[in-house]
Amino acid sequence: MRLTDTEEAMLAGDLGTPRRWAMEHMLQVGRCFDAQDFVEVHQAHIMADTESLGEAGVTFLEDLAKAPAEHRRVRVPTITDPRGIDFRHYRKLGQTDAMAVLERRAIDAFEALGVLMTDTCINYQTIMPPLLGEHQAYGDTGVVIYSNSVLGARSNFEGGPSALAAALTGRTPRYGLHLDKHRVGTHLFHVRAQPSDLAEWGALGALIGRRAGSYWSVPVIEGIEEPPGSDALKHFGAAMASFGSVPLFHLVGITPEAPILDAVCDPETLPAEDVTAEQLRTFFGDYDASGETVDVVVFAAPQLSLVEMQQVADLLDGRRVHSETTLLVVTSPAVAADADRLRLTERIEASGALVLRGMCFYQSYAREMAEANGWRRLLSNSAKLVNILGGYGYAPSLLSMEGCVDAAVAGRCP
Amino acid sequence: MTARVLRCHPGVGPPVEGEALVTDDNFSARYDLDRLKGVFSRPQHQLYGQSYVGKVLVVNTAKGGVASAWMLHEMRARGVAPVAILFNRFNPILAQGAALAGMAICDRFDDGDVTQLIRTGERVHVDPEAGSVTVG
Repeated sequence: MRLTDTEEAMLAGDLGTPRRWAMEHMLQVGRCFDAQDFVEVHQAHIMADTESLGEAGVTFLEDLAKAPAEHRRVRVPTITDPRGIDFRHYRKLGQTDAMAVLERRAIDAFEALGVLMTDTCINYQTIMPPLLGEHQAYGDTGVVIYSNSVLGARSNFEGGPSALAAALTGRTPRYGLHLDKHRVGTHLFHVRAQPSDLAEWGALGALIGRRAGSYWSVPVIEGIEEPPGSDALKHFGAAMASFGSVPLFHLVGITPEAPILDAVCDPETLPAEDVTAEQLRTFFGDYDASGETVDVVVFAAPQLSLVEMQQVADLLDGRRVHSETTLLVVTSPAVAADADRLRLTERIEASGALVLRGMCFYQSYAREMAEANGWRRLLSNSAKLVNILGGYGYAPSLLSMEGCVDAAVAGRCP
Repeated sequence: MTARVLRCHPGVGPPVEGEALVTDDNFSARYDLDRLKGVFSRPQHQLYGQSYVGKVLVVNTAKGGVASAWMLHEMRARGVAPVAILFNRFNPILAQGAALAGMAICDRFDDGDVTQLIRTGERVHVDPEAGSVTVG
């Protein structure tokens, strides 16, 4: 790869050990994808829950944090993805003190590096949305697909180590979604049924993601009649990325790079597929748990916007969560502060539900929580969440937000 | 039996050797594995219940989220990890994770579908820097 003088200096260790590690790490990755050079980024966003990091990952961060301040501070604004612990509630969830200690160590290390602990996967709704064409190093697949698709930013999936490397150097290898050639449509989908709620948007994203099926696929989607709103596309993108590892989609006439079909693909050369109401019904049917008792109901993945918090509060007003069922509502620290001020938290928790902040359910030792609480049947309106938790020993089911609340109150699936 | 040499795109990590565990299913450390026990734990996965520890895992593609970028490092630090993973096509997360972990991974094989080119139980030598995999 071609390096600038600054990049050579960082690689030589002239700007400290952390930046040398970062350059070495990114060169390995860049060569793997035939990058020719680096591209400067405006922000980095780091996914680094301690369940993924483990003792080894936390020790790695602590070693970086031991460097002198001028060697270890990040070079661009750097924020964090949800973490695994909400310190005020972790014991109630069956998480352990050892998990909390590991979490505290990771936070201390990140703060020493100059990272802003935003703890959110909805930074595009709450912190600072990227601009069209802006290069970024975002972690969290939901953040990447939304930012690339809905806002026209340019980011690859940056796992924690690579996002950290980008933060320490202010750049990332120029490959993948940073290049025009990887933003061209590869699959064409005609949507024949308009989703009517967030769970259906997630299901639609899941169906398309599953069929597109790889990081190098770019689905182009026709047939969405009007812009559905940020929360709808949040669930749509998060599910598509979860089911297919897809980092970018184009909604013709809606997302900025696709004002018309021809702007993003040559429609003559692409295989076209329909997505039908029947397929959506089948998707929900695969998660059907009608009449079964429910252990835990989770609103998360992605974290809830302020608007979703209000919707949950409205649905819970005057109702009581069943004594054998746990209802968890997960949002970012920024949204939680507003929800507290607007008394949404109070209204939600008056039902017996718990508002968790700065974490996400699947990044928080979900297997250990299941064992500690005897949780198996889980409901959510997040297609992403039900997809992930199958591997964690849960029997997950997908319902609308209203259906989930009804089930939490009844203690049983409708 | 003579050894077969498969060419691929240069990958990440050190040269290693191990016994192949092959599936045409996909791979995510978060979605598919019980990382404490070292087995595939997603019931729908073709390798459900099987141990991947010390194996050269051969899979179709990477799926899911970004967690694998840390998890390969964490798995390797505890000694409960595959020695290498071969893909038809991986995504950036797996390359990033392998770089941090020092785990061998390769993809883009010249002769087509790698999950058909290698059989479970075969001895496999992986040289990521050279972009070559020797079977048998």
